[in-house]
Amino acid sequence: MSEAAVETHDLTRRFGSVTAVEKLTLRIEPGEVFGLLGPNGSGKTTTIRMLCGLLEPSLGGASVAGIDVTAAPERIKQRIGYMSQRFGLYEDLTVAENLDFYAGIYGLTGAARRERLREVIEFIGLGTRLGQLAAELSGGWKQRLALGCALLHRPPVLFLDEPTAGVDPAARRNFWRAIHELARRGTTVLVTTHYMDEAERCGRLAMLSGGHLIALGTPAEVAAQVGGATLEDAFIILQERDER
Amino acid sequence: MMRRFWPMFRKEFIQMRRDRLTLMIMVGLPVIQLLMFGYAIQTDVRHVPTVVLDESRTPESRDLIAAFENTGNFRIVDHVNGRPALDRAIAQGDAQAGIVVPYDYARLLGRGTTATVQVIVDAADPLASQATISAAASVAEVRNLLILARQAGRASLPLEARVRPRYNPGLRSPNYIVPGLVGVILTITMVLVTAMAIVRERERGTLEQLIVTPITKTELMLGKIAPYVGVGLIQMTAVLVLGRYVFDVPLTGNVLLLYLIALIFVVASLSFGLFVSTLVRTQQQAMQLSFFFVLPNILLSGFMFPRQAMPQLFQWVGLLLPLTHFLKVLRGILLKGVGLEALWREVAVLAGFAIVMIVLSVQRFRKTLD
Repeated sequence: MSEAAVETHDLTRRFGSVTAVEKLTLRIEPGEVFGLLGPNGSGKTTTIRMLCGLLEPSLGGASVAGIDVTAAPERIKQRIGYMSQRFGLYEDLTVAENLDFYAGIYGLTGAARRERLREVIEFIGLGTRLGQLAAELSGGWKQRLALGCALLHRPPVLFLDEPTAGVDPAARRNFWRAIHELARRGTTVLVTTHYMDEAERCGRLAMLSGGHLIALGTPAEVAAQVGGATLEDAFIILQERDER
Repeated sequence: MMRRFWPMFRKEFIQMRRDRLTLMIMVGLPVIQLLMFGYAIQTDVRHVPTVVLDESRTPESRDLIAAFENTGNFRIVDHVNGRPALDRAIAQGDAQAGIVVPYDYARLLGRGTTATVQVIVDAADPLASQATISAAASVAEVRNLLILARQAGRASLPLEARVRPRYNPGLRSPNYIVPGLVGVILTITMVLVTAMAIVRERERGTLEQLIVTPITKTELMLGKIAPYVGVGLIQMTAVLVLGRYVFDVPLTGNVLLLYLIALIFVVASLSFGLFVSTLVRTQQQAMQLSFFFVLPNILLSGFMFPRQAMPQLFQWVGLLLPLTHFLKVLRGILLKGVGLEALWREVAVLAGFAIVMIVLSVQRFRKTLD
């Protein structure tokens, strides 16, 4: 068996007396588009943050691109791309300045840097907006810019935390096209969402509820495991169970 | 190592340039403060409004009153006819001093016994009344000496203390205040600006994106503060130039040396700001904590109040503030014209402070969200 792109065992995180993620064990293969699905507060964001080295696990462990999260959180950072829920780039910088800044931070220099910037700008289609301030972009274009910045250093693993929240349907469709294109080229993508149509586009899903892994498999398998005819039914069943 | 410092520096520089309001405040603040402190704060109080009650009405009494006026400390605004009127003028604040010459003044003076003159001073503000009180005392003293010398048949006095007020012969307060102001303005802006800079990234959510990159804590923090070193040196130049041409403050010593030491002081202040930013979560807290630090700097550093007069404990507290040491450097170089041989201790303390603060900040800063 080849090395997993992401592997967790008994990954647990507590905040005081609250357990946000409990004993999560997952294995994601290279090139997969893997979805984390669950209602708000189910532990999706906490899981992603632990995998990025932004939060320390309370118990258990994980490895990303073959590197142990707890032992070497800084080494992981050169090998992952991350998009947070909230737009995390500089609104008072232009599109080009944001890209240029992150190219520098990821250590790209000289001709390689120019070449890579050209590639990424073409991939995200922001060529005509390079001089615009990020603050002036619409939600969809902001997401593309954020994706571009996360891709500059060709990370083998990409973490996207609700990347399409607040983005119009056409832009969402384009965004997902880009994600599948990346996966086709070998990038592993871990994405959280609570849009059902997006969850359907993932190769495999893990459904979380109250920090627990409830179901794991293809979208159809997950729906069946929770006991709904469709993924949406399954999601509603879960949410109602949580609210009780 | 440090290769990610430059992108960070450039980014910070572009953002600073684009934030026009902050930039205007950083350049405008020194100018406004300088004019405020330079013009408004004068500790040498002169031309105090004075009322006179002359009961003697003789050439001798008029001569004495003229002597008071000639010191330049008293400005006669009114002559009154009775004690109640004089007391009322002082109580109401129309006058801050009153001179009472008794009816027997000329007679006692001529007879060779002690003639008295009463000077009443409004001492509610001790600082303002000090000069008036000593001027009144010296009027009597000067006249005593003349009379005694004449009686002893001497043409000259037996003893004279020749006081040379060195470094500030005119005892002008701008010479004292303006150099200090350089340090105070740098402390206020440098600490505040950096304390806010990191917390602003945290609040806007840009820090989260930044700390999932391989940038090291040192690269992040040094890149963050470096552009402001330039701002600090520009502020200092503005105050020195205005001080020189508006308030005639001398630049006696080696200005290059002053800039080199100022560089160390600016880094010390910036790194303290960094340290503040690791203690707080919001920009508001950063601002409050910065002001909490600025106040003792103004009161205990010797900027306005002499440190020698403070209780020992507060003198020690003052030694912990970088401004205290930088003020010695500023006044030493600008007024006394001394060099590194007299200031190396201060330089060592400032450098030590900067290093300790940077190390503490880097240690306290976490590249995680908890």
